Amino acid sequence: MSTRHISSDRINSGSVPSERVRREVKRRDFLKFSLAASGGLVIGFYFPGIGSEASAQESVNSFMPNAFVRIGTDERVTVIVNHSEMGQGVYTSLPMLLAEELDADWSKVGFESAPVDPKYNHPAFGMQMTGGSSSVWSGLEQFRQAGAAARAMLVAAAATRWNVDPASCRTESGAVFDSSSRKLSYGQLVADAAKLTPPAHVQLKDPKTFKLIGKPIKRLDTSMKLNGQAVFGLDVKLPGMMTAVVARPPIFGATVKSFDDSKARTMPGVRKIAQVPSGVAVIADTFWQAKVARGALRVEWDEGAMRGFSTTQMMQDFRERAKSPGVSVRKEGDAPTALANATKKIQAVYEAPYLSHLMMEPLSCVVDLRQDSCEVWTGSQFQTVDRANAAKIAGLPAEKVQLHTTFLGGGFGRRANPQSDFVVEAVFVAKAIGAPSKVKVVWTREDDMQGGWYRPAFLHSIEGGIDATGNVVSWRSRSVGQSIMAGTSFEAMMQGKPYDPASVEGIDDLPYSIPNIAVESHQVNIKVPVQWLRSVGHSHTAFAVESFIDELAAVAQKDPYQFRRDLLLKQPRYLGVLDLAAQKSGWSKPLPKGMGRGIAVHFAFGSYLAHVAEVSVTDGKIKVHRMVCAVDCGQYVNPGIIAAQIEGGAIFGASAALFQELTFEDGRLQQTNFHTFPVMRMNECPEIETYIVESNEKSGGIGEPGVPCAAPAIANALFAATGKRVRRMPFRLTEAV
Amino acid sequence: MIDFSVNGKPVDLDVDPSTPLLWVIRDHLGLTGTKYGCGMAQCGACTVHIDGEAVRSCVAPVSRASGKAVITIEGLSSDLSHALQHAWIEEDVPQCGYCQSGQLMSAAVLLREKPQPTDDDIDQAMTGNICRCGTYPRIRRAIHRAAGMVAKAGAR
Repeated sequence: MSTRHISSDRINSGSVPSERVRREVKRRDFLKFSLAASGGLVIGFYFPGIGSEASAQESVNSFMPNAFVRIGTDERVTVIVNHSEMGQGVYTSLPMLLAEELDADWSKVGFESAPVDPKYNHPAFGMQMTGGSSSVWSGLEQFRQAGAAARAMLVAAAATRWNVDPASCRTESGAVFDSSSRKLSYGQLVADAAKLTPPAHVQLKDPKTFKLIGKPIKRLDTSMKLNGQAVFGLDVKLPGMMTAVVARPPIFGATVKSFDDSKARTMPGVRKIAQVPSGVAVIADTFWQAKVARGALRVEWDEGAMRGFSTTQMMQDFRERAKSPGVSVRKEGDAPTALANATKKIQAVYEAPYLSHLMMEPLSCVVDLRQDSCEVWTGSQFQTVDRANAAKIAGLPAEKVQLHTTFLGGGFGRRANPQSDFVVEAVFVAKAIGAPSKVKVVWTREDDMQGGWYRPAFLHSIEGGIDATGNVVSWRSRSVGQSIMAGTSFEAMMQGKPYDPASVEGIDDLPYSIPNIAVESHQVNIKVPVQWLRSVGHSHTAFAVESFIDELAAVAQKDPYQFRRDLLLKQPRYLGVLDLAAQKSGWSKPLPKGMGRGIAVHFAFGSYLAHVAEVSVTDGKIKVHRMVCAVDCGQYVNPGIIAAQIEGGAIFGASAALFQELTFEDGRLQQTNFHTFPVMRMNECPEIETYIVESNEKSGGIGEPGVPCAAPAIANALFAATGKRVRRMPFRLTEAV
Repeated sequence: MIDFSVNGKPVDLDVDPSTPLLWVIRDHLGLTGTKYGCGMAQCGACTVHIDGEAVRSCVAPVSRASGKAVITIEGLSSDLSHALQHAWIEEDVPQCGYCQSGQLMSAAVLLREKPQPTDDDIDQAMTGNICRCGTYPRIRRAIHRAAGMVAKAGAR
């Protein structure tokens, strides 16, 4: 099955790999990365025509010097991107890196999603995936090297044609020029360049000469998202494809006892109803037929051990648990003794609920299963894992499974599932139909929200002590919650520690100068499936830490900004964003009566963020008017995309702070759709300003770091406005004290 | 049989009249630019125009379109020439892009009815369209920009 057989004529080169690239990638082992002793990258190349079955036309019409770029005789430069585009802009920022070193004509640059292949593995994580706010920093060398290598070959081809020294040539906007300004476009050099030997080493540009990197270049994928052309997972349609929905358990861990499909199977369009490991699949010609028939299906469930589970009781258990010492994560000085001897002591408990990723596009997966092979189309963040898991269920070797990454209608971590739940299930449904079969499994919004893999609920209990002169002398925090990694194939990321680093990130690296620090962790075992959600542990630890620092400032009777400053004097990058946010917000200027300003600062995924929020409360309703964000993400690539991510992160964080909570009663999730799990809307959205710190430091992440500061900045602003402290997300002033 | 037009082309379909228009557009007509987000008129991703009115097609039975003219995102313009599409490009609005079809279709009705919308007008017209990526500030700017473009073109 190739993409050209997809019946929708709106499959375009920007969303699904073309047949040609897929063939090329399969046949050509064209790129090998190995770390040289120097630590630099050495690139091995494949060349068309050497050990290749590629057609003559392919070699003549395009030049693919490495896995990341293809240049056509039509001058088009196609950058093959090994990260998934889920809104964070990788289909623009990564091509910018390559085009910069290639000196490409930006108006001729396009993108393609990479097929699954070890060549496209994440350089730091060793598998093909998108997550951890890592695409740009991990792609910096990779994409620049690939562009520089391609450029060197084009220059060599032109120099040979002109019989001049390559060093006398220069490149600009998709063409090579010699010293007498003779010009050959890259397209004209495709055939010659394809015959050349690759350079072993390439010289990268001096950043001072950058034309693209560092500029707010507009995104390459915008137009196709304005006319319906961009193809998301739900949009994939194969000829003869059926659509399935699955009746899944109402309680996690429940299993099918029996089902009655006597009515459902007679309904229009229904092709088959079959039990699969995750429930009962209703397979029909169209989605609507499948969904209506599922409504007529009667399933009896063995409810299992989670029956009776209640989040109210769970949080009560968490509170009890926090009263006893946890596993030590960080210990400096003697926090308990310093606390006992402190002049003033405070204790506070912060709570964060389970959260749904709630991507705008609910989950889906298309499977084309044949006897000896399988193709999968989905919006994946975890290509290597998803392909391996699909292959296991299909009973095929991984190389017989091809996975095509579509556009992702949001990801936020949900599409990076260690068990590949939504992919594996779709393969099971295809198997239930029987190979050969083509099926799309669609999750309704309710299915998606109730399907698990949530941000775990957390409780942080913190005690602090201040001495007679107002200095903070002691900090002891206890975090209680489920581990994301324990028991999964990613348990190795815990590095044998008795706690999950993702549970305490953002609290274990407390940056404030406090002489006695104890950070403890309680890992609880609850059978609610949990997973990373945008900013992971930071999404709750920053709320606790930055709220408590504010509470300490209030006890010390100091300005919250100055109080932080005094404790961060040895942390220049924290100070940089803190000062910038304070200054741009007009921190010292008075606000109208009834309004309050709050500040928060945090480090996550290699980047430093500070937010100042301005809020008011009318008739008990919280209104966020303005958020001023300062970011230091080191050397940056596209400030326009950075601003978009920081704006989006602030809104994502504010949505959780103000509105979002998943609750369980009697084992059943109480929320189903946007009306019970709201997202911030246009009329609730504050004005957001983003300021970027100019920095030569190593590049950090940008997709997630914008989230953590939103909640504490708003909570602290609420305290400034009302004198009341909210300690539980989502914020309810009626609970505040 | 249900007769109506989609993006100016006549459609004649034998389909259960209670099927939501969204799924007829996506599954029967193969126009996948109109998106499914919630199925209960909560998010606006499925917004289309029926005789010029913004409608959440996930809850509108296809029978509601009978004899009427439906415009989807594919029909907003044939060549990205709508002022809103221009403005969306200028403001680099989309992130994941999934909700943007619905955002544009809602904004198009707003701009037609209120060529110079205030922020309150924008709040009112756009609050039914959720964007999980948080592109609201850019959508607001883009609507104002498009209004400016239309006014300028009209003045010429």
